[in-house]
Amino acid sequence: MAEASPRPGETPVIELRNVSKTFGEVRSLSDINFAVYPGEIVGLLGDNGAGKSTLVKTVMGFHKPDAGGDVFFKGEKIDDWSVARARGLGIETVYQERALCEKQPIWRNMFMGREPRTAWGLLDVKKMREESARLMSEHMGFTSAAVHPDNVVTTMSGGEKQGVAITRALYFDAQLVILDEPTMGLSLTETKKTLDFVSNIKKAGKSAIFIDHNIFHVYPVVDRLYVLDRGKVAGVYDKSEISMEELIDRLYRVARTGTLE
Amino acid sequence: MSDAKPKNNRVAPPSFLRRYGSQLGIIGVGLVMWLGFVIAAPTVFMNTFIYVAFAQTTPQFGIIALALTFVVITGEIDLSFPSIMALGTAIFCLAVTHGLAWPFALVLGLLTGAACGWVNGILVSWLNIPSLVITIGTSFLFRGLELVIMNGTGVPLTAEMYPGLHALLRESYFGVPVQTLWMLALLGVTWLLLNRTRFGAHVFLVGDNPTSARLMGIDAVSVKTRAFMLTGVIGVFAGLMTSVYGYYFWPTTGDGFLLNTIASVFLGGTSVFGGTGSVIGSFVASYIIGAINAGIVSAGINAFYTQLCFGLVIVISVVLQTIIDRKIRRQSITGR
Repeated sequence: MAEASPRPGETPVIELRNVSKTFGEVRSLSDINFAVYPGEIVGLLGDNGAGKSTLVKTVMGFHKPDAGGDVFFKGEKIDDWSVARARGLGIETVYQERALCEKQPIWRNMFMGREPRTAWGLLDVKKMREESARLMSEHMGFTSAAVHPDNVVTTMSGGEKQGVAITRALYFDAQLVILDEPTMGLSLTETKKTLDFVSNIKKAGKSAIFIDHNIFHVYPVVDRLYVLDRGKVAGVYDKSEISMEELIDRLYRVARTGTLE
Repeated sequence: MSDAKPKNNRVAPPSFLRRYGSQLGIIGVGLVMWLGFVIAAPTVFMNTFIYVAFAQTTPQFGIIALALTFVVITGEIDLSFPSIMALGTAIFCLAVTHGLAWPFALVLGLLTGAACGWVNGILVSWLNIPSLVITIGTSFLFRGLELVIMNGTGVPLTAEMYPGLHALLRESYFGVPVQTLWMLALLGVTWLLLNRTRFGAHVFLVGDNPTSARLMGIDAVSVKTRAFMLTGVIGVFAGLMTSVYGYYFWPTTGDGFLLNTIASVFLGGTSVFGGTGSVIGSFVASYIIGAINAGIVSAGINAFYTQLCFGLVIVISVVLQTIIDRKIRRQSITGR
């Protein structure tokens, strides 16, 4: 389903063209066209198994698209797309599975794959500890006596773990932040805090992809919405085009029949 | 847990015991054992000879334990290092008997170790074959290759023939056997590598949760392969140290090193599940294992008791470590 650019003349931060992804005999994504523009928040909706997580991991460079599909970063086609490359260009993800190493202290998780080094090329452990402590109190609001940068992640609550994953994604001055079901398993206050995070991304002029099962979380914060169904883009909406009630109605329909109309 | 919140709201670090519990435990075991030996055979253990003896022999497997710690932290194991010791040393011997100067031959030998480690690493991490299985295979492969190229014969390595090599690997300096100086130097190097480089950080992360590490852009294949290569290189260095100590390269070099070395790594508190471990632990544990050997005989106990004593120390220490670790984490003794 190819369509006209919603913002003529503007170059997307990230764009997938005709991307398919096959695992063995299972086709998780087929012919996806997907773009995120600077300063916009894109919602990704779809039932379980619609391909949301696969799409996110392809954007991140974790999965390589099948032959014929291309990834563009700021209009430039990139052939050797990888997680390290994507992160180097300013794309960060809060994964559904959180991607933490639970036996390691917080500071190691915070700087995973991005460890700062001193002028001698050695790890700047002091900086990692101090920055982690600062981020934890300033951004995550941790006051609990149980949380210290040297605490191992396995001792933390679900919300605290999610806090580490979110802070990690925002800390590195990302241009595009991907949040894959960030509110899963969180308490009400934690959920509100996470949604505020998403709104702040837009205020800071950055882009985000926001995936959540709960349409009441997604709809208020996004600018545009992609609806995925069985590995295909079933529809793309500007928020101005569709009310929440209509959207819910169409999501039910797509789940039953596979088409939006 | 009833810890009150600190008044100024500053967060508390995890306790010292929690962070260094297993390292303190192993040092404690070492001290208790040493005291036991001193009491059992004071004349032997108040004399420096015994310490010189085991300062010469322990590093022969101890330095491999330092490198193997990296492999174990990544969640893998290398059973092929005794064969790599022999193959690399054989290449060294072939090179010097063909007229190459020994320093170049040494480099060639160490490169052989790196190549063997690379083969192990690629098979384990790129092809995703369990290391327990494939390194048994490569163990036969490397040993077989060594036996074929050496035709099963040994090579003399006397001090008259290679004074430089003996100065490097067999002399004493300031009364300390150079083997232990190497062990201390390599402890420093491996500690820095593990705790103060990106490679070391990634070793912990890959061993803890390979999927998370990959999702965050860490190249698990490269990390694991480098860990295996480190073990290969240091393995060959240990093979040379062992051969020079005996003035002779035996085609069977490395036999009898497997269990001592692996026991040192696990006794040192490195977890078989990956993600946690320390080279300091492996260092101390190596000397404990080395001391049992020297100690039993010197204490006048029948040498048949050596293995029994090994077994008791290792089993009791690992059980205690596990229980202490679970107590600190406030789990039940069985961890369920």
